[in-house]
Amino acid sequence: MGRLRMRWKTNAFAWLLLLPSLVFLFLFTFYPIAKTIRLSLYEADLATPVPMFAGVDNYVRMLGDEVFAKVMVNNALFALGVVPTSIALALLMAIFANKAIRGTSFMRTAFFYPTLIPMIAVANIWLFIYTPKYGLLDRAMQSLNVGEINWLGSPDYVMWAMIFMMIWKEAGYLMIFYLAGMQNIPPDLYESAQMDGVSSWTIFRKITFPLLMPTTLFVSIIALTNAFKLVDHLFVMTKGGPNNASSLLLYYIYETAFSFWDQGMASALTLVMIVVLLLFAALNFFGLDKKIHYH
Amino acid sequence: MSAKKLIQGIAFTTAFMTLAACGNSANESSPSVPASPSEQASPSSEPAQASPSEEPKENVELTFYYPIAVGGPLTATIEGMAKEFTQLHPHITVKPVYTGSYADTTVKAQAGVQSKNPPDVAVLLSTELYSLLDMDAILPLDDFIAKESGDYLSDFYPAFMANSQTEGHTYSIPFQRSTIVLYYNKELFKAAGLDPEKAPQTWEEMRDYAKKLTKDGTWGLEIPVSGFAYWMFQTFALQNGDNLMSPDGKKVMFDTPENVEALQFWSDLAMKDKVMPQGVTEWGTVPSDFIEGKTAMMYHTTGNLSNVKNNAKFDFGVSFLPQNKSYGSPTGGGNFYIFKGIDEKKQEAAWEFIKFMTETERAAQWSIDTGYVAVKKSAYETERMKSYAADFSPALVARDQLEYAAAELSTHNNGKVSKALSDQLQAVLTGTAQPAEALKKAQEEADKALAPFNK
Repeated sequence: MGRLRMRWKTNAFAWLLLLPSLVFLFLFTFYPIAKTIRLSLYEADLATPVPMFAGVDNYVRMLGDEVFAKVMVNNALFALGVVPTSIALALLMAIFANKAIRGTSFMRTAFFYPTLIPMIAVANIWLFIYTPKYGLLDRAMQSLNVGEINWLGSPDYVMWAMIFMMIWKEAGYLMIFYLAGMQNIPPDLYESAQMDGVSSWTIFRKITFPLLMPTTLFVSIIALTNAFKLVDHLFVMTKGGPNNASSLLLYYIYETAFSFWDQGMASALTLVMIVVLLLFAALNFFGLDKKIHYH
Repeated sequence: MSAKKLIQGIAFTTAFMTLAACGNSANESSPSVPASPSEQASPSSEPAQASPSEEPKENVELTFYYPIAVGGPLTATIEGMAKEFTQLHPHITVKPVYTGSYADTTVKAQAGVQSKNPPDVAVLLSTELYSLLDMDAILPLDDFIAKESGDYLSDFYPAFMANSQTEGHTYSIPFQRSTIVLYYNKELFKAAGLDPEKAPQTWEEMRDYAKKLTKDGTWGLEIPVSGFAYWMFQTFALQNGDNLMSPDGKKVMFDTPENVEALQFWSDLAMKDKVMPQGVTEWGTVPSDFIEGKTAMMYHTTGNLSNVKNNAKFDFGVSFLPQNKSYGSPTGGGNFYIFKGIDEKKQEAAWEFIKFMTETERAAQWSIDTGYVAVKKSAYETERMKSYAADFSPALVARDQLEYAAAELSTHNNGKVSKALSDQLQAVLTGTAQPAEALKKAQEEADKALAPFNK
């Protein structure tokens, strides 16, 4: 007890500095999470105006829910499709943009501008691109004489269409982190490599890529969580259809909460979402983190 | 097109401001009324010897949530109506709050209900009835209606009232309502050797016409699927037999043989006859396709009439949906609701406001401004509506079809039930399921969602 008090005393100043952000964290993060956990154990929907304690009922129901299984698979596919490709693309673009740094900033702007457009606007642009008959993509395909595809209206293509759009949107954003990371690599490493006459591929493989690993770690967390967090486009483009083929976890949470008014289930789903996101963070920080920091 | 809209918007705003300026002199004194409640006591406002029963009315402020679901500068129209109302009832100030789409408005209103701070009056989808009842959010309007002289509801179209009433009570008043109609391109009809003055009357005829109209780059017919699949399916179900739910909102009849047949016909149009695009067609792009001449016919809401009228560069016709056993279309759109848990004075003021907003002349004007069907029969007897319809006969088609119209799908647990159906419809229309098994699955899902309400 006494030791604890000692620690409190010595750390009082630090706690005081942390206080403002802690207050907000508590109010807007921890308190709602606690509430969510509690509500997820209740039956609270239109049929039960006064919430009833139901134990793990919601979770059991969730396991039997086909749509839940579908959105989880969809989200895994979505993440798998978007994250590695957009990271690779971001790295590639960063290398080019880093070279162009002395010449013109045009390339950087070109790479970065999809990020500046709000997701809803992006969704509207791509809605037009994917529209059958007079959409941009279909016109291009017509001129090449390949048949028309209803990209968003077919369960076989809709996920690919979403993944492609999201890579376009995300890569530029991730590029910024790589650009920053590259500025931090000491130039003398490159100079000595040049003196030794090493090929640029080897320079990339032995210097740039390994030294960018902390950035890659950070970027992969951002990209992975974004794959679960960004669902704005679904409201504009497909509403999760056809038959839930493009629905994602967060969109399903929204539907459950504000279309079905099933608050207990929505809370349970939210908890699944939180656990998934925490899992990614934990995996990265405690697993990969140790392997990639060079000291 | 956007420049045109902008100019329209400016013209409209200017017109509205002029109107507002005209009304200003009458309005001059009213702003001071809400500002000083003490005025009631002053001798100048009311005769001092007024009997207690006629005591001066207390000032009331109403919060009014409304969505906008069709194109055009309608926020200005609504705000203008609210101002006009205050001129007639100086003690009531209406604060209109534009709350986005129907879905957004519902979420905001429900969030208000749950935090014990509901709006006083709101326009929400007529199909929200059971959800709102289950949340104990809305007030029955029977007492207000009883106080009106005569049979107040008799002037409203019964098809529109169907979604307002359950178990002998009335909970909402129709405001912006629609049905589904068939739009067709007369020029493409001529080019295909069809009579441009004669729309297809039966399912068979529609299929034949669509076959003749389908050419490279043009579909014969488009029916939107995204978002409102269940609504479109109701047209076929009604034409082939019966509506999809019981009037008490506790049962659905999805997997009847008639419905399987109806769904088979719909999906065949795309899969077998190939006169309609396969897969899910987007709600919003179907009218654009029609305006661009990419489809010769379309099923769509009457709410889009003004949009098509303003943008189509060809002669087009509007007709009843083709019949099979009978004509039929579900109604759609939004109604006025009054919320529970508000002051009694506010409830009365809200009722006054609803009456005002659905008055005959105003209902006629609102229909002309938007393309929605006017909710009252008498609106079609007004001069303004008569002269409008004389120039533009399609304005009457939806009204005439009301004779065959029925309630939109609305049940307890409505979100889940309608999604259960829409999902399976999409599965069939994308070719991943067969009508019979899909409707059986939709029925099972819906039964599960309705089970707690049938105890």
